[in-house]
Amino acid sequence: MTGYLAGRLLGLLPVLWGVSIVVFLLVRLLPGDAVQMFLGTQVAMTPAQMAELRRLFGIDKPLPLQYVDWIGRVLQGDFGVSLRTSRPVLPDILARLPISIEITVLALVIALGLGIPIGIVAALRRGTAADTLVTVGGLLGLSIPNFWLAAMLLLLLANSPIASIGTYVGLAANPLANLTIMALPAISLGVSLAAVFMRFVRSSLLEVLGEDYVRTARAKGLLARIVVNRHALRNALIPVITVIGYQAGYLLGGTVVIEEVFALPGMGRLALNAIGQRDYPVVQGVVLLIAGLFVLTNLAVDVLYALADPRVRYR
Amino acid sequence: MSTAPAPKPALAAARRGRATGGAATRRRPSRVRALARTPTAVAGSLIVAAYLVAAAGAPLFAPADPAAMAPTALLARPGAGHPFGTDQFGRDILSRLLYGSRVSLGVSFASVALALGAGGTIGVVSGYYGGALDSVLMRSMDVVFAFPAVLLAIAIMAVAGTTPPVLVAAIGIVYTPQFARVTRGSVLQARGIEYVEAARAQGAGVPRILLHHIVPNILAPIIVQTSLSLSFAILTESALSFLGLGTQPPTPSWGNMLAEARRFMTMAPWTAVFPGAAISLIVLGFNLLGDGLRDVLDPRLRL
Repeated sequence: MTGYLAGRLLGLLPVLWGVSIVVFLLVRLLPGDAVQMFLGTQVAMTPAQMAELRRLFGIDKPLPLQYVDWIGRVLQGDFGVSLRTSRPVLPDILARLPISIEITVLALVIALGLGIPIGIVAALRRGTAADTLVTVGGLLGLSIPNFWLAAMLLLLLANSPIASIGTYVGLAANPLANLTIMALPAISLGVSLAAVFMRFVRSSLLEVLGEDYVRTARAKGLLARIVVNRHALRNALIPVITVIGYQAGYLLGGTVVIEEVFALPGMGRLALNAIGQRDYPVVQGVVLLIAGLFVLTNLAVDVLYALADPRVRYR
Repeated sequence: MSTAPAPKPALAAARRGRATGGAATRRRPSRVRALARTPTAVAGSLIVAAYLVAAAGAPLFAPADPAAMAPTALLARPGAGHPFGTDQFGRDILSRLLYGSRVSLGVSFASVALALGAGGTIGVVSGYYGGALDSVLMRSMDVVFAFPAVLLAIAIMAVAGTTPPVLVAAIGIVYTPQFARVTRGSVLQARGIEYVEAARAQGAGVPRILLHHIVPNILAPIIVQTSLSLSFAILTESALSFLGLGTQPPTPSWGNMLAEARRFMTMAPWTAVFPGAAISLIVLGFNLLGDGLRDVLDPRLRL
């Protein structure tokens, strides 16, 4: 297990390095440079003053050196300063992180809570009307854009307290009020993911039910319930962990859109506002942080999977 | 969003004995018949075909000029003159949806073509040559894959500007790694087949081996991936346009129509209902088609 973990961690380093380069270049390759961005078009300066500012910003150096400077600061937790508020970027992002995390976690809980049981039922009743209904429903769930589902839910529940927009309450301050606000965002984001889990669990369970050891268990006269619960489900559900890994990207990207629809002050909305104001250090910080979160989630998923399925560790 | 693998196990078991190889061209007629017998594939093809006809014939089908404003009919209910109602400027929503389908479908097809071209090439080169080149290429794909799709597209749009070519490039880049992975995996499999080795032993050049022996063998999973990617591309394009980072008004696209509808939604629900339904239906079409194609072309395929 230690070897496996070490291997996974080592494999992660080049990816994280690449991610940091992409995020760095994303902003450095903008037309114009940070000085022009900072000044906008309103301020007239002599070329000498501009050069002096460039030196102060450290952007008169060659690109690779700039990267080294930048990544050195990032690793120390210095993500730069907002061009609008002149405040350090990282604390502002971190203050909004819990909201985004809460939406993704709630959406994941809803998706697993709906997707797994429905998928199991569909597999056990394969070929029945219920199975067909679930399959069609699953395809529909995959096809509806989450932001449209959000808008439609708001429309249908317009007079309900759970559809109140614009008054965010923290989870710690008032858990009930907070969950009331978070319900619709989490449902909007979770439904299509529920469809993904449902389809996966259905096919995974069907495959396991066709395996020899399940036939053996049946042949020796075990109750169908015991065969399913003890032999089939365990093996069918372990791979669900990997699906969580793939779909973490959907959740983390989707929360950006959903926060915008419900006017929730999360990290995604911070980034969207920053894009509107051309405040690139904030955009850069959010993108870097979310990509980092995504990579780490996948590491956690791999570790979890190795713990749940010993075969992975020895591969 | 990437779809979870949904193989049909019984079908897979039934066909497992079949050899991987064989010229795709010879089997094509039977595959077309098999597709015609698969309800999901038929339903999906019909939906997609209907949309393509609607987009191509938008000027014929549209009851009005999509840009024509009618101050006397602002937010008019769906009715005789305007089957889907009008928006806040009195523009006919059906006409805007029809013309918007050209934009939304055009961007999606172009970006998937880009992803297919770039990812397919990377995958073929990576899989065929292997070694250090393979490592470098696949690690770079891992890096692109390390960004949530919508987020990377948002970041590219934010930096490079919201023009149509950038939109196509942004969505194309985001979905390139999936094609690269699927292609590379298939090439690795095909490379080991005996007659490919035979061709190599006969002294066939690399381009000939790739084009005549490898590519025909790896088409099935790539076709399936293309259909599924089209559904993701449409969702991504509409999400970006919804956020104001994709297709810019006044050019209609399903996503920006929804964005504009948000403010008037409670007064005029039809402004939001129809664009979203238009997106959902075509995405459903590509998902159905993708599922059907997978069942017929390659039951063992896992994404």
